[in-house]
Amino acid sequence: MAFVTDEFKAKAEKICAKYPRRDAALIPLLQELQKESGYVAEEAMDELARFLNLPYARVKAVMTFYTMFNREPAGKYHLQVCRNISCHMAGAPGLLARLREKLGIAEGETTKDGLFTLSAVECLGACGAAPVMQVNDEYFERLDEARLDALLEDLKHGRLRARDL
Amino acid sequence: MENILLRDKVAELEGYFAAGGYRALKKALAMEPAAVIDEVKKSGLRGRGGAGFPAGLKWSFIPKDAPGPRYLVCNADEGEPGTFKDRELILKNPHALIEGMAIAGHAIGAATGYIYIRGEFVAETVKLEKAIAAARAKGFLGRNILGTGTDFELHVHRGAGAYICGEETALLESLEGFKGQPRLKPPFPAVKGLFAGPTVINNVETLAAVPAIIERGGDWYAAIGSGKSTGTKLFCVSGPVNKPGVYELPLGVTFKELLEKSCGGMKEGKRLKAVIPGGSSTPVLTAEEAWMVKLDYESLAAAGSMLGSGAVIVIDDSQCMVKLLQVLARFYHHESCGQCTPCREGCGWLEKLLNKLESGRGTKKDIDTIVSVAENMMGRTICALADAMAMPAISFVKKFRSEFEAHAAGKCCPPDAPVKH
Repeated sequence: MAFVTDEFKAKAEKICAKYPRRDAALIPLLQELQKESGYVAEEAMDELARFLNLPYARVKAVMTFYTMFNREPAGKYHLQVCRNISCHMAGAPGLLARLREKLGIAEGETTKDGLFTLSAVECLGACGAAPVMQVNDEYFERLDEARLDALLEDLKHGRLRARDL
Repeated sequence: MENILLRDKVAELEGYFAAGGYRALKKALAMEPAAVIDEVKKSGLRGRGGAGFPAGLKWSFIPKDAPGPRYLVCNADEGEPGTFKDRELILKNPHALIEGMAIAGHAIGAATGYIYIRGEFVAETVKLEKAIAAARAKGFLGRNILGTGTDFELHVHRGAGAYICGEETALLESLEGFKGQPRLKPPFPAVKGLFAGPTVINNVETLAAVPAIIERGGDWYAAIGSGKSTGTKLFCVSGPVNKPGVYELPLGVTFKELLEKSCGGMKEGKRLKAVIPGGSSTPVLTAEEAWMVKLDYESLAAAGSMLGSGAVIVIDDSQCMVKLLQVLARFYHHESCGQCTPCREGCGWLEKLLNKLESGRGTKKDIDTIVSVAENMMGRTICALADAMAMPAISFVKKFRSEFEAHAAGKCCPPDAPVKH
């Protein structure tokens, strides 16, 4: 199997052991698959279903219910702009418009060079630092046009600042 | 007063331990489970996720003679728009949550706990996993905790992006590897919850308050706050104020005090128009209604709104209420799980009506339809998401009707106008 490899299986068994039923590991395992390639391919879903001994429909239903799973390859940097109430008031529509213009793509699209995917998302739970954008796993807060432009330049040069954990 | 939850220098185990951490766990493990529950009941601690249900009472619903494993679940699926307190609490004081869960596990007889954290919180997940590993290494978690013969294993489970999973039975479905669609109740989770076992689900902030209650006593905690709203609360303030952020204050503090003393007032040139006091699902208050209101469960209910998650969204007079309600309707429509017709269709219908008003095609009749659709959604669904859409819809129209009427008369705000800082 191309996705559910022996290496993946070893990792998966450890995750399954956290639950009294193996199928409870479905979401964490889909996350693991997405970590590998940035999205979960049809074939990967099929292999995971067989590994967990589940109907393919269950895997597909779960996969399509949750917004964080990508069914198609995403760009190297997934720009997710929060557009909910606090970010809206703090200027999220302007940020989205600027990103559309600078990247030449609409929400849900990926740039031709495969560098950026743009999404408008709902509340990211960081409203005190609005407006907020998540790039891959990182949060970027209190954005304005200047900070957004600087961030895009950083990303174009492969620099994604990691947060101090 | 001193903070109970948001404290400095306790983010790592060494600092937490030096400040007296894990003493409460030792004390609790020497107590009968029923005595631990009584102490929490005495404290008056109520659910901090939004519903405000008494925590000790919830714990006492676990049937004493139920066979098979029991579970403790922490709801860290922080997603109610305006809310960002659990994230801060996890980053600043993760061990208060871990210790609180170990104590609660002992109280309800659960040997396994799960923290269901929203998928976007990657840094917070890493922080929790490190803290759990550190606590396990010191014998505060795992098998035979502190040599007492009690077991408590704690796992972190990341969600994958669905607001509805903050609803406790949807959360359980999701934790079991299904779509997050709320369950019909009864049976309640205390009887049949996670993996069909008796289960308690509490919010991060609720569980993190437990160690202090056990250590210093329920009476001590009950003396803080106002009436039946005991203890401190994390208030998350967003909007055009000078210092937005999370503030820990005794319940019953007035909005005026929170705004002026903690947040440094409104930003220059911004005038307060409205306040959503408890997260986007709670009814909006006008500036006048909000100004002197006490932020606690009873006072906000008396004012026609709710304390909810303590997410105080401040709105100034440059904002259009029709636009803001459109933003909320888009959100609830997107997040409706689709199980119940009144919610699935109602949220979409409201969004369409608001889109129509925002684009200048709306009529006065549409305003009445918004209220009528919202009223027909309330109380007619499995979970409260429909109500969470209906409450802002009804209150926005009722309190700011003139703005809706202006839209119906063609005086609209420009579409998606970028807001100036």
